[in-house]
Amino acid sequence: MRQSFIQKNPSILIFLACLALFTLLVTVASEGFGLGFISTSFVKTLGKTLCLCLVAVAMDLIWGYTGILSLGHFAFFGLGGYMIGMWLMYERTRLIVVEALAQSDIPPTPEEVVSGIGSQIFGVVGSSDSPLIWSFAHSLPLQLALVVLVPGLLALIFGWLAFRSRVTGVYLSILTQAMTLALALYLFQNDSGLRGNNGLSGLQNLPGVSAGQDQVSLWFFWASALALGLGYLLAAWITSGKFGSIIRGIRDNESRVRFLGYSVEVYKLAVFTITAMIAGIAGALYYPQAGIINPAEVAPIASIYLAVWVAIGGRGRLYGAVIGAGFVSLVSTWFTGGQAPDIPLGFYTIKWVDWWLILLGLSFVAVTLFAPKGIGGLFDLLKKERAK
Amino acid sequence: MKTLMQAGLMLLLSLVPAWAQETGPVQSILQENRHLIEKSSRKTIQPAIDALASSGLPQAQAVLEAWQGKDMWQVKDTGLFYRGEKDGDAYRLTDFDSGAAIGRFDKGDLDQLKPNSGIRALMATALVAFQLNDPDPARRTDAISSLQRDPGAQHLEPLRASIAGETDPNMKAQKRRLERLLTAAYDKDISMRVMAINAMRGDLGVDVRATLNPLVTTRLDMAEGDTPPAKTNVARILKPGTDDLPRLEAYDMLAAAGKAPPRVDRDTIRNTLSNNIMDGRVGGVPLAQLDTETGRIRAYTALAKDGTVPSFVVDNDINSALQGHVFYEVYAEKDKAVTDAAVKTLRAIQTRVGLMQALDLTLDALSLASIYFLAAIGLAITFGVMGVINMAHGEFIMMGAYTGYVVQQFIPNHTASILVAIPLAFAVTFAAGVAMERLVIRWLYHRPLETLLATFGISIALQQLAKNIFGTQARPLTAPGWLDGAWVMNDVVSISYIRIAIFVLGLLFLGVFLFIMKKTRLGLETRAVTQNPRMAASMGINPGRVNMLTFGLGSGIAGIAGVAIGLFAKVTSELGSDYIVQSFMTVVVGGVGNIWGTLAGATMIGFFQKGIEWFKPSNTLAAQTYMIIFIIIFIQFRPRGIIALKGRAAGD
Repeated sequence: MRQSFIQKNPSILIFLACLALFTLLVTVASEGFGLGFISTSFVKTLGKTLCLCLVAVAMDLIWGYTGILSLGHFAFFGLGGYMIGMWLMYERTRLIVVEALAQSDIPPTPEEVVSGIGSQIFGVVGSSDSPLIWSFAHSLPLQLALVVLVPGLLALIFGWLAFRSRVTGVYLSILTQAMTLALALYLFQNDSGLRGNNGLSGLQNLPGVSAGQDQVSLWFFWASALALGLGYLLAAWITSGKFGSIIRGIRDNESRVRFLGYSVEVYKLAVFTITAMIAGIAGALYYPQAGIINPAEVAPIASIYLAVWVAIGGRGRLYGAVIGAGFVSLVSTWFTGGQAPDIPLGFYTIKWVDWWLILLGLSFVAVTLFAPKGIGGLFDLLKKERAK
Repeated sequence: MKTLMQAGLMLLLSLVPAWAQETGPVQSILQENRHLIEKSSRKTIQPAIDALASSGLPQAQAVLEAWQGKDMWQVKDTGLFYRGEKDGDAYRLTDFDSGAAIGRFDKGDLDQLKPNSGIRALMATALVAFQLNDPDPARRTDAISSLQRDPGAQHLEPLRASIAGETDPNMKAQKRRLERLLTAAYDKDISMRVMAINAMRGDLGVDVRATLNPLVTTRLDMAEGDTPPAKTNVARILKPGTDDLPRLEAYDMLAAAGKAPPRVDRDTIRNTLSNNIMDGRVGGVPLAQLDTETGRIRAYTALAKDGTVPSFVVDNDINSALQGHVFYEVYAEKDKAVTDAAVKTLRAIQTRVGLMQALDLTLDALSLASIYFLAAIGLAITFGVMGVINMAHGEFIMMGAYTGYVVQQFIPNHTASILVAIPLAFAVTFAAGVAMERLVIRWLYHRPLETLLATFGISIALQQLAKNIFGTQARPLTAPGWLDGAWVMNDVVSISYIRIAIFVLGLLFLGVFLFIMKKTRLGLETRAVTQNPRMAASMGINPGRVNMLTFGLGSGIAGIAGVAIGLFAKVTSELGSDYIVQSFMTVVVGGVGNIWGTLAGATMIGFFQKGIEWFKPSNTLAAQTYMIIFIIIFIQFRPRGIIALKGRAAGD
């Protein structure tokens, strides 16, 4: 009997068990359903971290396994966030507008409701009509489909153009970075239809839901954990079989795989598009917990941080990506949140808010130079020790 | 002429009453117009001012100025006018003609002349004539520029009169030009105006357009019937329902003029309906049915039928109302010959302005291209020649700019500080580049993706370091005085000296680069090491040393570029990251490994971006977005850039 991919690779089960345990612990300790050890805002932070882990898994798939250093996956992440944000904002505004119009003597017409929503949402950018791209914003299922379709389609078109003309290596990285920059610049415009610089806000409020933030935050935490678990499984499945072998082959020697008769472009395109979709889903779960999305989130720097997390965690292994993203983003939050104690040196006080990025940058150089396997490499060392 | 006038005065003096004989000529003029001056009003004062202005006396100007400045006093007993100056409680009077002191007077013995603002304006006009002929050139210049700011019909005559006597050729030209503008705008003789307007054809000055444009401004008007009323200077007849005049707008015009019942819009319907609710119904329609447009219109029509509200204007009403009227644009200027000439002249000017704007845009694009080239040229060495992806390149540019800023803190003289800053910036970034190459990059030569990430780590660290040291606010890097201002060709085309300097610097760098690469030992060794490091090593070249120096050179050039960019951009810690993607694009689009390619890439990107801004003005963000999309597509067709290396030089 053929072994399933899970049996072949015990680390998957271990990871899923850890994730389940973590979710359970957080739930028990949370304010919403449990003992109240963990504040609502920290539940949100943990939920967001799980989303970042999910996009890191996608990044590992495209970079660690396929060898394409994409500097655009955070753009897909942001697009997913924008797509869900459109529905959240539209629906919430609709409820507010309907309620306001219900105060008057005669019932509102649909046209009045639509124009009310338009001027509410787009007043800040000096417009009162909903742009064309908001046509589906009234419907949750359509907008949920767009969470996957928009990043997927963009990745498909961009990837097709790039891979077809055999742009590889650093050139592809720079090209993806340019794509991200173009998207960010486009979103910064006031007439982009997505409220320009202001972005979409108030996303933490689920329209029509009266439950408090302490509960909503847990719902999203569970959803994020579920998404991460499923995403991890999917990624593990993709990388396990023949498909996995081929993409690793592409990573190690693209020409050889091509000469063996495989259509390298199709494989690369498939991975690029799938990972973009995963990134979109991760973004759609992240931004309702963050509450706001604006074009700065999409800026090229974010995508590079994503690469940093995966590199520090250890690429080419899925749990490495999760560890890297979880570790670095949580430590980042700790340091930049002002919680870390300052170090007085007498003549100068090291404030971590100021020095954290320098530490991160340098540790990144160190990891690249001295520990290319990242934190995940520690597990290899452990294994070796046990083998002795 | 003068003698004749003096003779006339003598004659005058012999005829006038006794008081005149002891006083100067201006005083006599003042006394003649005494009643006008004492009971002055805007309507009656003109003859008195004219008498003074046309007297030809040099003192007349002083009188007018004193009068305007409320410094003219009249002695109650004699009725004579003098210039008064406050001296303690009393006033010291001086004679206008002789300048002799008359004595101190109590305020009770004097009357101050207080012209109102209308009269002062009349005096100002009269004074312009004096100022235009003033012997002091500075005052003439003042008068001319005040006329340029605020021209009026009344200035035309004094200006004309002053041209003949003008000695300064420069000012004479200015006066002639001003006279032409005033003629075009205000002359009573239509043929003179048309002539003046025609003479301005092809003149690019902003003042010309500012004079002509009011002549051809139009306003929308309408009249009953098929044709506009006679004697109106019609620019064009508009048909309602076209883009220029939408139907509803035309109808609203009629409604505003009271010639048709006003349209009932959504809000009005809504308000009317909510004011007319009876027993849960409006006009017989239940409230619950008012949640659609048709339901509301039904209810409103029902109300209108009862006569309680104005009736609903339907399409047919609009059409019939519009048919009975003609809509047209009418010129503010009444004379057709003038407007025709103005339109023709403006059209000719527009063509030339368009051409000049194209030239201006070309200069802008060239300047942008040189900025991109400058930012990218260091990268053309490190990335183009050596193949090292240095994401910290932008931070080297930033370091150069901050070096310039620090130098200016110590050397206040801007010229000297820039001269010091350029080599110092080179030294600082050269050292940084060498250190980075030795410590990081040389371990990663065969792992380009890792180089990208490691240098990126350095980039964030350097950026944050700069933020810690210099703070987040922008620091000034001031250009030397001789780089201020712009080279102005005419009112349309101008380019600032800094941009010219950057263009020159770009050319200079190109020369230096070519010289180093083609003519020096280092260039030869660099090319050898890039093509085949092992072969080069076996020829006795130390690849490590060459790589180090080459990388240092590329970084050093980035530092100098930073000083130049800092002169016109804000020096912040993000200065470099603003340029990094564009710089890589420039090198990639141009073709890696070839300086001419980088030049072509910068030129193409610069021109393309300015070109988009031309079609979509005032939207730099959109221009950048489209430019990047264009580059992505461009790379589809030329993956190796504009100038692709062929054969062995291409490497791989």
